[in-house]
Formats: sequence, C-alpha cells, structure tokens
Amino acid sequence: VSTRTSSATEPRIADPAESAATRAPIGQSRTTRAAWLFIAPFALFYLLFMIWPVIYMLITSFFDTTLIRPGFGNFIGFDNYAEMLTKAEFWEAMWHTVLFTLYTVPPLVVLAFVLAVLANRVRRGQWLFRLAFFVPFILPSAAIALIWYFIFTPTTGLWNSFQSLLGAADPSPVLGTPDLAMIGIAVTTIWWTIGFNFVLYLAGLQDIPRELYEAAAVDGASPWQQIRFITVPLLNRVTTLVILLQIIASLKIFDQVYLLTAGGPGTSTRVLLMLVTDTAFTDFRVGAGSAASVLLFVLILLVTLVRQLVSRRQSRRES
Amino acid sequence: MSSAVHLEPARLSRRRLLQGGLALGALAGLSGCGSAFASGVAGTPLGSQTLTYWNLFGGGDGARMQTMQQVYAAAHGGPDSLQAATFTWGNPYYTKVALATLGGQPSDVAVAHLTRQKNLARAGLITEITPDMLALVGLKAADFSAAAWNNAKVDDRTYCVPIDTHPFVLYYNRAVCEKAGLLESDGSLKPIRGTKGWEDALRAAKEVTGAYGAAIATVGDQATCWRWYQTLYSQRDGATGWLSDGGARITPNRELSLDTLAWMQSLTASGLMPTTTDYEGSQTLMFTGQAGFYLQGEWEITTAEDIEGLDFGMQPVPQFYDRQVQQADSHTFVLPSKPRTDDQVRRAMEFIKVMVDEGLTWAKGGHVPTYRPILESAAYRELKPQSNYAGAAERVVYDDEAWYSGSGSNFENTLGAQIGLVLQGLATPEQAMGTATDQLTTYANTKSPL
Repeated sequence: VSTRTSSATEPRIADPAESAATRAPIGQSRTTRAAWLFIAPFALFYLLFMIWPVIYMLITSFFDTTLIRPGFGNFIGFDNYAEMLTKAEFWEAMWHTVLFTLYTVPPLVVLAFVLAVLANRVRRGQWLFRLAFFVPFILPSAAIALIWYFIFTPTTGLWNSFQSLLGAADPSPVLGTPDLAMIGIAVTTIWWTIGFNFVLYLAGLQDIPRELYEAAAVDGASPWQQIRFITVPLLNRVTTLVILLQIIASLKIFDQVYLLTAGGPGTSTRVLLMLVTDTAFTDFRVGAGSAASVLLFVLILLVTLVRQLVSRRQSRRES
Repeated sequence: MSSAVHLEPARLSRRRLLQGGLALGALAGLSGCGSAFASGVAGTPLGSQTLTYWNLFGGGDGARMQTMQQVYAAAHGGPDSLQAATFTWGNPYYTKVALATLGGQPSDVAVAHLTRQKNLARAGLITEITPDMLALVGLKAADFSAAAWNNAKVDDRTYCVPIDTHPFVLYYNRAVCEKAGLLESDGSLKPIRGTKGWEDALRAAKEVTGAYGAAIATVGDQATCWRWYQTLYSQRDGATGWLSDGGARITPNRELSLDTLAWMQSLTASGLMPTTTDYEGSQTLMFTGQAGFYLQGEWEITTAEDIEGLDFGMQPVPQFYDRQVQQADSHTFVLPSKPRTDDQVRRAMEFIKVMVDEGLTWAKGGHVPTYRPILESAAYRELKPQSNYAGAAERVVYDDEAWYSGSGSNFENTLGAQIGLVLQGLATPEQAMGTATDQLTTYANTKSPL
C-alpha cells in the first residue's frame, strides 16, 4: 500500500507527464504483482473448482463421457443435446423449474420490498425486524427442510392440524399432493430466502435522502404517493438487481426439492438440476448430464442478457 | 509450543500465534487419528480391525439388521469392530456407493439388490467373489438357493452373496375371507386359479367388505405397479422379456402385454380393486377390512403384524395364467472395489457369513432366506406365515438386465408410471404401451455408460 501512494503522488507533483510515461508503470507493475499474489490463493481455487468444471462441462456435453471410465469417451457432437431436447423428462423438469421460478420470484421481490418499507419506518428496535427477517437465510437448507417437513407432515403436521382446526375434514398433505407439492416448496423457499432481498431493499431505502420525503410532505403528498413517486422509482436499480438475482437463484433450485420431496410425488416436483444429478451421477452419464446443465446455463444467460438490456435502457433514460 | 507462547506474552506476534495454532491443530489431528472424523479428513483407514458396512434398510428390516450387526460385533471385539451406515433407499444409495467407490473411499461391505449389483459389477465397481473367497469362511455356491445364485451371475461370474429373495406375494384378511367362504378349515386360503377364479374370489370378498375385493397401490408408486404387471405378464406362455441385448432392444410380446394390461384395468374399472390408492392407502384398505386381499412384496409383514387385532395370512400369488411365477428381487452383499489385504478380504467374508447365519432373524421380516441351512431348517419351517410362501422364491422373475433396469431404476419408474395410469383408468393399454415403449427407446438407443 505504501509503495503505491508514494509512487503515485510524488511524480504528479514533480512532473505529471513524466510520471505517466516512465515512473508509474514501474510502481504499477509492482503493485499489480502484489495484487496478483494476494489474489492467487483464491484465484487458484476459483480456477480449479469454478472455471475448470464449467469448461469441463462444456467439453463433456459433446462426448459420451461416463463417470466410471477415465477420459472423455467418444465425441458424439450434439447427440446429448438432441436427446435432452427431445426427451419428455427434460421438458417436464424444465417446466417444473420455470414454475418454481414463477411461484417464488414475485412474492420474493414484492414481499421483500413491502417488509423493507415497513421496517424502514420503524423508529425503535429496527434491529429486531432486520434480524427476524434475515435469520432464516443463514440457516442451512437441511435445517430449513426439517422445519418445513415438520410443518407439512400429513394429518398431524402444523399446517394440516391448523386446517382441521378450521374445519377441513380431510386436509390434503401438501408435499404428498402433486398439485400442492411445488407450492409447499415455494413457500418454504420464500420464508427461507426473503431476508436477502429484504436487506438489499433496506440498504436502498436508506440511501434515499430524507429531504425528498420532507419536500413531498410539504407539497402535500400522501404517504402512498410518497412511496409511489419517490421510493419505487428511486429503488428501480435495486429492483432490477433483486429480480435478476432472484430469477437466477430460483432457476438453480435443488436443495429444497431434494430434501423435501425428492422430486415426488411421482415426478411432479422434479426440477432440472435433479435431472442433471440423476443423469450424471446415478446413471453415470456425465456427458448427457452436462448437456442438460449447459441448457440451463443458456437459459440463465438469456435472463441475464434481458436484464442487461433493461438496465441499459434505464440508465439511458436517466441520463 | 503453547508453553513458548505463554513464556513471552509481550512478544506474541500474529505470526507466532498462527504458528502455535497450526501446531496445536496438527497435534489434535494426530492424536485424533483413531476417530472416524480424523480418518475421514486425513484419508487414513479406520482402526485396522474395524469393518465398514453400508446398507439401505429402514423400518423393521433396519431394526433386524442392527440385531444381526450386534452378533458380528460381539464376536469380533465389541462395537468398534463394525461401523455400519444406513442410507436412503433406492437411487440415492446406489449413487453414493458408486461415487464413494470411484473416489476410492467405499465401505468394506455393502448391500445391493441382485438386479442392481449386475450393473455395479459391469461398471467394475464391485469385486468378484471367487469360490476361494467363499471357502475362507466355509461357504460354497451350493449352500444357496439356485434361483437367486444363478440369477445373480454376471457373465458366469459371481459378484455377490444373496441373503434373501423377496417375492411379490398375496396377503389376505382372514376375517373377510372367512365370511366370504374363501378359507379352508385350517385357516389357509382355498386355491384360487385363473383370472376367472380371481374375479370370483374378489367378488365374494367385495360383498363382505362393501368396498373392494383386493387392494394394490396405483398412485405415486411405480414399483408396485410394475411388480403386479410383471407377475401377471410373466405367468403367460410366450411372454418375452421387456428388454433384451442388455437393454439395447425393447422386446415385450405386444399382444400378451396388451391383454394383461386390459385385464388389470378391468379389475379396477369394475370396482373389484381400487382405481386410486397409494402405497399406504392400499395397506390400510386390507388392514381395516375394506379389502379382502392385498398385493405387495413380503416385507410389509412387519407393518401388518403391528396392526392390532388383524388376523392375516400370506401365500404366493395365485396362478392367474399358464404358470405360477412372481416378480422378485434379492438383497445381496457385495464387496466394493478397492485394494484389500488378505486379512481384509477374510474379515469382509466373515461378516457376510455372520449375516447369512443370522438368516432366521432376517426371515422374520418376511424375506425368504437363500442360505439353505436356514431355509431348510425346522425353525424356519415353523415360522408362519413366512414359510408358507418360501416356495415362491424358486419360481421368480427378476428384471431383465440393462444399465437402466433393476429395483427402483429408470426402467421400473418409466414403465410403472404408465401401468399406474392404466390402473387408474387414465390411459388405455395401447396408449400406455406406446408411451412406455417410446420413453424406453431413448434409453435403449443410448450407449450403455457402463
């Protein structure tokens, strides 16, 4: 750190032109080297466990690679992709993944926003609400699954007991009914992950200058109008970020399904990442599993691209 | 090194502290070598006398397996001599066994279904069990039921030791059958023969129950649907295996299959059997006297015995068509591939020997022993109703061999789901055959990953 300040400030006083041409690169290369050294331990792991697997996935998706033989196997072009794209199982799993995303993204964005606005208005003890909404997020998925498995236990569970209390004669078991199982998983997920979006929104809210609200109040704007015309527009960027992160997170659904229903009843909650693990690890067909994985990757990439376009238009409008 | 830190507290630098911490950690790691956690982290073997064993048994089977494990542990130096782990049944279990073996950390002995160990063997994930290895503990091929032993072979080599056969059987509620006039004077079931005989029996039972004649799971349980269909279809002369050439071809006898499915559907459509009931629901129907019969693997005996006041019997499924056979699979012991010393091989075989010796404990859970000294013992013959259907274990059909078949496999799930739709009246036999064949063709056309 000291090297950089000295080499960066001194020359500027002496001769700005010279510093740019000759002396700065020496200092810069030294700092760059130091920076790389600091990054190296992480970069190594990142390359080994993130980048290389992605490359490996791309390569194997064109081979009939199997888990139990070393090497890539035979090159088979787009056969794995053709298999996936013509397989009913794949499209069913894809639909379940999209369905889960549709179930979870709107509530996770809207509810998080509402909770953040409410928490932001609390004068005293705001920490309690921040804590309460965020704590589930730090729990591991296995703990979440246990809690909700208990709540959704057929007949004697919390939810079914509550329904009986209200007079339902024979409440259907949430996780055991094909049409309800995915909703049960969605509810679990909302309760679990809402804290993250909540915190993003709360940070965004605290960035909005109070004067705006004061000025609006002076002009006679109602609280609802203040939210509608100040809070929502000024949180636009947070919202696009939250939506994007949420869509990506929802498309990557795996843990909750695996732990709560294992894809059942039947295959009514089997999502894409379960198909991938089943194909790659249970059937040993790493190549075919990779192809399915790449297709999910492409879907997520498309979502990101759309977001990129939207935010570009946003910033153009703002400038 | 911790004392050095305390001697010079003033000069305790961050580096010093880290060094001390590392040394402490290393020491803890070394001293903890005996623990399972430390050996897992360091990749060292557990205590040299400890045998590791993985299985997939829950419920009554799980409890009985524990008892059998204790017998081994007691004879081999206490609880430390055995480390057993139970995993989720079905695909998750086999995935774990496969990945652990590929990763070089499998258990010493593992359980596998007879139909699934064939694929493990073809994948090179389990070790051949030679006559010499069997002889180490005084076993030989002839000690085991021929049906299970021969069916288990892969290219004429043996990779497993089967402990049981678990056929699909018929349970009956004595109270219902008594009133329906279906019982002999000794409380056993009067013989039921042919599709007509079955329909008559169900009609008589239905009159008593007011609900159904027989119960079988049709919803959310592909495996049971498959077991029922496979039992019926295999009883017909001219029934060809669904899969041949190791799964590369789909070869059912279309006409016989359609006819069998049509009959299965007629039984539910006419109300003799329920159209929509799941695994537990189908049991409850028989247990509570709403059905006279119940069809399932023999392992549900534990559940039935736990029902207070239920008087039930068990016997092989009737001969509906040309010959009496039933769908079945077996539990077997396998040795995951890994380098082993002679001592380790012997210890693994000793464990297997104890398990087959304890076959009577195991048989109480309904399974038919394959170890003949147990199977032919007086004690087993007196075990009722288990021994009533022991003969069924000699007339069994196992799943056809394919990389995607076996208990709980893609094959059973795919075909079973369609059969379920037929039973529920949601698909015609033609539609079900068409869909199942289409879906299975994807697997058949895929080069085996093994």
